[in-house]
Amino acid sequence: MGLENFGRVSFTAEAKAADFVTYLEQGKVMATRCRKCGTKYFPPKVDCPKCLLSDVDWIEIKGSGRLNTYTVVNYGPSGFEDDTPYTLAIVDFRDIRTFGRLSKDIKENDIQIGMRLKVVPVKLPDDRISYEFQKAD
Amino acid sequence: MGDVAVIGTGQSVFSRKCGVSVRELCFEAFQEAMEGLDITKDNIDASIIGSAPEYDKQRTPSGLISEYLELTPKPTFYVESVCSSSSTGLRVAWSLIKAGLHKVVAVIGFQKMSELTSREAAERMGRGGDIIWDSPLGITMPAGYAMYARAHMAKYGTTEEQLAKVRVKSAHYGISNPKAYYRKELSVEDVLGSQVITSPLKLFDCCANADGSSCIIVASEDIATRVAKIPIWIAGVGAATDTMTMAGRKSLTNLSCAVEAAKQAYGMAGLGPEDIDVAEVHDCFTISEIMAYEDLGFAEFGEGARLIDEEQTYIGGKIPVNVDGGLLSKGHPIGATGGSQIRTIVRQLRGEASEAQVKDARIGLVHNIGGIGQYGNVTILRR
Ligand SMILES: CC(C)(COP(=O)(O)OP(=O)(O)OC[C@H]1O[C@@H](n2cnc3c(N)ncnc32)[C@H](O)[C@@H]1OP(=O)(O)O)[C@@H](O)C(=O)NCCC(=O)NCCS
Ligand SMILES: [Zn+2]
Repeated sequence: MGLENFGRVSFTAEAKAADFVTYLEQGKVMATRCRKCGTKYFPPKVDCPKCLLSDVDWIEIKGSGRLNTYTVVNYGPSGFEDDTPYTLAIVDFRDIRTFGRLSKDIKENDIQIGMRLKVVPVKLPDDRISYEFQKAD
Repeated sequence: MGDVAVIGTGQSVFSRKCGVSVRELCFEAFQEAMEGLDITKDNIDASIIGSAPEYDKQRTPSGLISEYLELTPKPTFYVESVCSSSSTGLRVAWSLIKAGLHKVVAVIGFQKMSELTSREAAERMGRGGDIIWDSPLGITMPAGYAMYARAHMAKYGTTEEQLAKVRVKSAHYGISNPKAYYRKELSVEDVLGSQVITSPLKLFDCCANADGSSCIIVASEDIATRVAKIPIWIAGVGAATDTMTMAGRKSLTNLSCAVEAAKQAYGMAGLGPEDIDVAEVHDCFTISEIMAYEDLGFAEFGEGARLIDEEQTYIGGKIPVNVDGGLLSKGHPIGATGGSQIRTIVRQLRGEASEAQVKDARIGLVHNIGGIGQYGNVTILRR
């Protein structure tokens, strides 16, 4: 499975890193780690320019992270008009910084910088798949 | 090795809908840039054309514009770093002249955005992010900067009112710029009361899409001193990048690419922030200007908002910034913006900006950013 069903609108299908989507299907949000130098990559990449190697492990982003910043998008670009409002956010896990959407279950008034969030795969309409940040229990 | 100077600058009026073709739009900037120079188009050795792709249908626009301005058979080529394309063009022109390959180079930036709706333009700009990982989630330029704004507010206590004050200053100067699109006074209340685009940024915190062109004529020292009444010297050029992906950003409260580009430009010029008499910064959004104050060293990190509170960036203050109204009032025709900023500083340093002149300005700075802080360019000019 490629990237054609990833996110609200996809713009390309093929990538070696498309395994990310396969993992989403299995309920996991993954980063990669270079087997030689240990660098962690999110968004995931399967090539390490430092080592000139393409030898990575997929590692799951587990536990809770901290909300670094966010914005509630009211003005959507073409293709996203019907999706607004949606909230984009940066969430910092222990040593991995991630970008994604905040779950619509979190009310705008409840959003607080520093709040604890987990990242989970979500099914979207039209057979699409993505991930989102939800309140960590 | 001789110095390199800007000998001419021009821009079209920036408008929401220019109603002319791209080539004709570029002619307007070229015409103003060449005015009063003791050379003709035949003395131009090469042209560099900059814009962001996919706003109009013309592919490889450099050949077309070169033909229309009758610069053929001289070499022409296209450079692109989205909103900072014309600064990148200037950097390349500088190095071509320094290398001795050419003596006179024209840098032309343009964008005709009115062929698309604002939402279509936002989609193009969203694809100015990483199309695999970020665009599918609905990233936009304002959204990226809004996340910087929110982080800046959380870390330093910057307020929406302080952001609004940046637009109030912009509007104040926009009124007297005949090339600007928005030319009316705005109050803090007007800005705070405008519709939320992407929190905390509201309509008046955002620059508007526009049609426009700009042209910079760059020349070697021997030519510049001969053909220009007041050559403006390029004292320092700096350029740097940051990641395309939002997750790759190390800082979310300042633009690392601007900090690095400024360091290079100051270093090359042998100058520091305290030496700058007037600056043009890339205020695509109000937060961008606050971060620019800090990234350029006009204020410490976290203290940028104080400068606007104290009106230190108005004429008469410590460091006047965007006294032409900035992108917020002029409009932001992506590829043309950098050249427009250069034009403003050149006019300031020549003492020609009768509508808003900073007294005795001798050293000026241009800060021009591409994308959501992906490409940073800082240029220092001196009289
Ligand atoms: C903010 C934005 C979404 C508004 O788009 P929009 O809703 O289509 O706005 P419109 O073009 O329909 O304008 C609505 C009204 O607001 C006005 N307006 C729009 N932007 C304005 C601005 N920056 N300042 C003042 N007025 C503005 C318009 O003139 C119009 O007024 P009118 O109805 O009286 O003519 C759009 O301008 C935008 O995307 N800006 C950011 C562009 C960008 O990201 N550039 C790259 C930055 S690096
Ligand atoms: Zn490695």
